[in-house]
Amino acid sequence: MTVVDLGMPTLPHAPRGVGHLRGNRPFPDAARDALRDGQLRANLGHATSTIRAKRAAVVAEVPDWEQLRAAGKAIKAATMARLDAHLEELERQVTARGGTVHWARDAIEANAIVTELVRATGVHEVVKVKSMATQEIGLNEALEAAGITAHETDLAELIVQLGHDQPSHILVPAIHKNRAEIREIFLRTMPEVDPGLSDDPRELAMAARAHLRERFLRAEVAISGANFAVAETGTLAVVESEGNGRMCLTLPRTLITVMGIEKLVPSWRDLEVFLQLLPRSSTGERMNPYTSLWTGVTPGDGPQDFHLVLLDNGRTATLADEVGREALHCIRCSACLNVCPVYERTGGHAYGSVYPGPIGAVLSPQLTGVEDNASLPYASSLCGACYDVCPVAIDIPSILVHLRAEHVEAQKHATPEAVAFRVLAKVMSHPRRWRMAQKAAGLGRLLARGRPTMPAALPPPASRWTQSRDLPTPPKETFTQAWAREHGS
Amino acid sequence: MKVALFATCLVDTMVPQVARATAVLLERLGHEVVVPPGQACCGQMHVNTGYRREAAPIVANHVRAFRGAEAIVAPSGSCVASIHHQQADVLRRAGEHALADEAASLAERTYELSQFLVDVLGVTDVGAYYPHRVTYHPTCHSLRLLRVGDRPLRLLRAVRGLELAELPGADQCCGFGGTFAVKNADTSTAMLTDKMANVLSTHAEVCTAGDASCLLHIGGGLSRMRSGTRTVHLAEILASTEEAVQPDQSTRPAISAVNAEGTTS
Ligand code: SF4
Repeated sequence: MTVVDLGMPTLPHAPRGVGHLRGNRPFPDAARDALRDGQLRANLGHATSTIRAKRAAVVAEVPDWEQLRAAGKAIKAATMARLDAHLEELERQVTARGGTVHWARDAIEANAIVTELVRATGVHEVVKVKSMATQEIGLNEALEAAGITAHETDLAELIVQLGHDQPSHILVPAIHKNRAEIREIFLRTMPEVDPGLSDDPRELAMAARAHLRERFLRAEVAISGANFAVAETGTLAVVESEGNGRMCLTLPRTLITVMGIEKLVPSWRDLEVFLQLLPRSSTGERMNPYTSLWTGVTPGDGPQDFHLVLLDNGRTATLADEVGREALHCIRCSACLNVCPVYERTGGHAYGSVYPGPIGAVLSPQLTGVEDNASLPYASSLCGACYDVCPVAIDIPSILVHLRAEHVEAQKHATPEAVAFRVLAKVMSHPRRWRMAQKAAGLGRLLARGRPTMPAALPPPASRWTQSRDLPTPPKETFTQAWAREHGS
Repeated sequence: MKVALFATCLVDTMVPQVARATAVLLERLGHEVVVPPGQACCGQMHVNTGYRREAAPIVANHVRAFRGAEAIVAPSGSCVASIHHQQADVLRRAGEHALADEAASLAERTYELSQFLVDVLGVTDVGAYYPHRVTYHPTCHSLRLLRVGDRPLRLLRAVRGLELAELPGADQCCGFGGTFAVKNADTSTAMLTDKMANVLSTHAEVCTAGDASCLLHIGGGLSRMRSGTRTVHLAEILASTEEAVQPDQSTRPAISAVNAEGTTS
């Protein structure tokens, strides 16, 4: 194969040292610790199996679900193919309706833009609607460094913030905590809370509500993300369940929305498809309780100063990858996390990124460049459950396999594994060499000394199999050898 | 029909009785079985570990080995899925366009065992006898890539003497995942533990599946725990007949690499 170098400059990835896209250890190491956390395993097992069942039931009600999925996929693919034009249309429309559009190449620029906008208002605190984009860029930390306090208002996000924790799920950031643990966090961190607080979900919600209410009422600046933006009218959309978003989007004077550039849809007709796909896939509801839509500034009603920050942070680089770009179709429903057997056992923190689970394993390495998250594409058994539930039919297993290859092909020096795979490839592509290798493998039975299984204490990498699984003793003769002997060929 | 048997690298080297059982079964159903001698591996392990460039000559060898075959059958859902979904792409990326086309047309004639029996041969009762309590684990690639559906269960239900125990959480991955089993050994083991708990809850003597690789993993775990439940490939169960059962047999599969010669005639 000849590779033609077009001399294209490599597109920038999400910068290091800012935001939450990189963990400090490889996935297998982080997972090893998480797997030992029995409480985490129990909480996640319970939460994911509940939401899985809810999703399955409401999806089964929709007779044209597969067509909706196909439509969602097609709209996303078509939008990505002309993303530049759609983004410019969005900018024109938002501007024409009284909003201001800012372009942020990466997390550093986005944080600087938002911090400056808040500073200009003169306030020292903001309320926040749950947003993955602002978690991705580490906005809360950037604001804090500038002396601005950000109050998370989504219940689960609040729990994470009060507990000085990190989100572990893209929809339910505190999914790793159970009711008893949430109660303890509230008792510890909410000075005004009734000391007799129980772990009844309603009581917990009421406590959070009382805690948040005064913050909503005094807030002058709100920061949100966006689920969608409709380019043709410059309309932004936030889909939520608790109503905290509605408060943030309507009460304060200034609204700043940070949105990844991949979130837009060209028209209202496109939005219709996703508003059907998203709630059933995410919370397992037929319709989400609150859908807030706003277009620029409406004089005398709602925020009078609206800023839209369009964030790249590695998305254009992702878009440049023919196979990997499909990850940008994601509508952050979290269905793939909930069905993932790896996520269910390790939890979200093991992935080291705000985007965990199957979508995180394909998105994070692309935003950061695969070498900065090299263990993530391997954090999957390729079981395919994610692909089956994804409302926009992202073929996550194929992207995982593709990114593994990108990682392997990026190595400048041959690793021992690469050497082994190369030798094995040479052997497996020539029948005679392969037969000899099989004979050699058969000699492994000598180690078993007549026992049905091989010794458990084999050297690495075989030990990584035998630490938990017996390996049968190889047979004397392979099937193909025996067949050839019997059939004389 | 003349059927070319693709044993798969793992079955051929580690569990030859599975390929033997496949051959015995197809011959019993009146078909001629050939075993192309040039066969080695489908290339899946290389592709799925990131060595797609290195996989190209392996795939090319596979295509050459099976060139001209009328129908190809393999006792492995995941190898057949790789043949269907990966082989042509691997060759195309390597610039081997003619071979890629050939791979694509071979893929159309390549079947996982249960699909071949039910869809191509149109049989669900293969005349098998297997007097054991069995639970069936649908492997991920046969379930989600090949969509074999309930074909294996239909085949098992028709086996005389067999008592089928439903596996709770059947569609959950067993945690094998190829090199995932060693690269993420701890997570793989955690998934295996849960799969084994479900298998053991059925009180089955035998856990069966259509993939020898997943069975090596599940069986390896069950064996390590010294549990009484063993893993037996679907082909071995379907190949078993009353005649082939030894008088002293309790829970062994009727076909093994050792006694196979006596039963093939
Ligand atoms: S990848 Fe698909 S299933 Fe996963 S969060 Fe995104 S849209 Fe949902």
